[in-house]
Amino acid sequence: MPVQDYNDQKLWQRRTGRESLFHWVLWLTGVAIFAYCWQQISDATTWFFVWDAPRIANDIWTRATPPKWEYFTQLGKPIWDTLNIATLGTIIALVLAVPVAFAAARNTTPSRFLVRPIALLIIVATRSINSLIWALLLIAIIGPGVFAGVVAIAIRSIGFCAKLLYEAIEEIDETQVEAITATGASRWQIMAYGIVPQILPAFAGIAVFRWDINIRESTVLGLVGAGGIGLQLSSSLNVLAWPQVSLILLVILLAVVISEWVSAKVRGAII
Amino acid sequence: MSTELEAILGKPWKKQPFIQRRWLRWVLVAGFVAYLIAAFMTIEINWSRVYEGLERGKQFVLAFTSPDFSSRSGDIWDGMIESIIMTVASSVVGIAISIPIALGAARNVAPLPIYMICRGIIAVSRALQEIIVAILLVAIFGFGPLAGFLTLSFATIGFLSKLLAEDIESMDRVQAEAIKASGAKWMQWINYGVQPQVMPRLIGLSMYRLDINFRESAILGLVGAGGIGATLNTAFDRYEYDTAAAILLIIIIIVMALEYLSGLIRARVQ
Repeated sequence: MPVQDYNDQKLWQRRTGRESLFHWVLWLTGVAIFAYCWQQISDATTWFFVWDAPRIANDIWTRATPPKWEYFTQLGKPIWDTLNIATLGTIIALVLAVPVAFAAARNTTPSRFLVRPIALLIIVATRSINSLIWALLLIAIIGPGVFAGVVAIAIRSIGFCAKLLYEAIEEIDETQVEAITATGASRWQIMAYGIVPQILPAFAGIAVFRWDINIRESTVLGLVGAGGIGLQLSSSLNVLAWPQVSLILLVILLAVVISEWVSAKVRGAII
Repeated sequence: MSTELEAILGKPWKKQPFIQRRWLRWVLVAGFVAYLIAAFMTIEINWSRVYEGLERGKQFVLAFTSPDFSSRSGDIWDGMIESIIMTVASSVVGIAISIPIALGAARNVAPLPIYMICRGIIAVSRALQEIIVAILLVAIFGFGPLAGFLTLSFATIGFLSKLLAEDIESMDRVQAEAIKASGAKWMQWINYGVQPQVMPRLIGLSMYRLDINFRESAILGLVGAGGIGATLNTAFDRYEYDTAAAILLIIIIIVMALEYLSGLIRARVQ
């Protein structure tokens, strides 16, 4: 804490001269970068459309309200598909994530130099690519439909679940594992009785958490043709049927809120 | 003899079930199985189509061994720069907006009416997915990175404000009170009593959000909101798997680099 004498009075300042200079330069660089980025965005924008935006927004709003309620009867199957994509995708992802997580955790990995890097690579690669891109890819490979959506969600979720799970495995209490080992348990018995009971609550929490996220993601997978309610959304958008679009958006919003509520309840019950 | 031995040893130990109540356990299991059967019945899988696709899947996996960075390098480069620009600009704006909202959404800082308004903003921002917001904004503002920028800024607000508000609510009251007791004004109180306590978390969350924004910016192009997504989509549509593989590899590498960087920064500030 620098204190300066100023007319025989001691004045407290938050930073020393060098520190404040450093901060100033940091801020200047940040502002310059932002200004450059903003300029690039602004160059790529047709500003006439932006100034016209309030009118367009108003226009869309008048077209979209009131929602076409009777269209809801046709949404039953897409909603069921969406639910299936999310749930089956989560289940497959969890089944695949468990071995990856055990291979990635420092204390359970069979080989630190061979298996662990591969497991970490799987985690990073599946996690950093969005489920929409996975869906795009899978549609090119296995054709459009619900199945592509399930597989896309499953692949995308492996990394997420495995990452959280392997962090949970690394944080377990080693003394319990040692106690099981001391009874002469085999490797698999140590896993089943020493490690699994400790990570089971975390596992259940991760499963429900990811299911909640997957409901969200599966509602839009249809935009690229991977089934579910997004398919209806994209076809309604394509024919500019705004009353249907607004109803679908309401349904999606409701689904997201319900899934979040369910997941919060279940996680609260587990923890 | 064996019964005698059992009497001495007692009953063998059995693992405790995860769910204690027996009826609930069975209801859950039965419901789960019933759901699985119903789900599998309604999903139509065209296995012959899947089998045909395996060849293309193999080609795609092989494309990763020989990604083609060069033949579409101009498009890739433009898309990447646009994605990065959108990411940076939207993170800056999103963080700048979410700090006051986070203060408003912390019950120990803000009065009840402001608290309700800010929590409402957060709830709306979190409930709408990026891609849907992007569709609407593209319809309103036209194609281009501006729609993507606004989408990501909007999404950043919900994420960052919520987590930051939770951190502010769980801060140490004593320090804040000490600053207040010295006669500080409200701004000074925030600046010297609250801000130093939440700063490490704010930096960590900002880095994390930067990372997420980059990942999201890669898909916004699918609906015309700028970024690398449009190039990627075209590559898939034209079955140019080697170009698609190159783009995906670049995305993975940038995400890994960002994650590493944010890890370093978070380790330094905490």
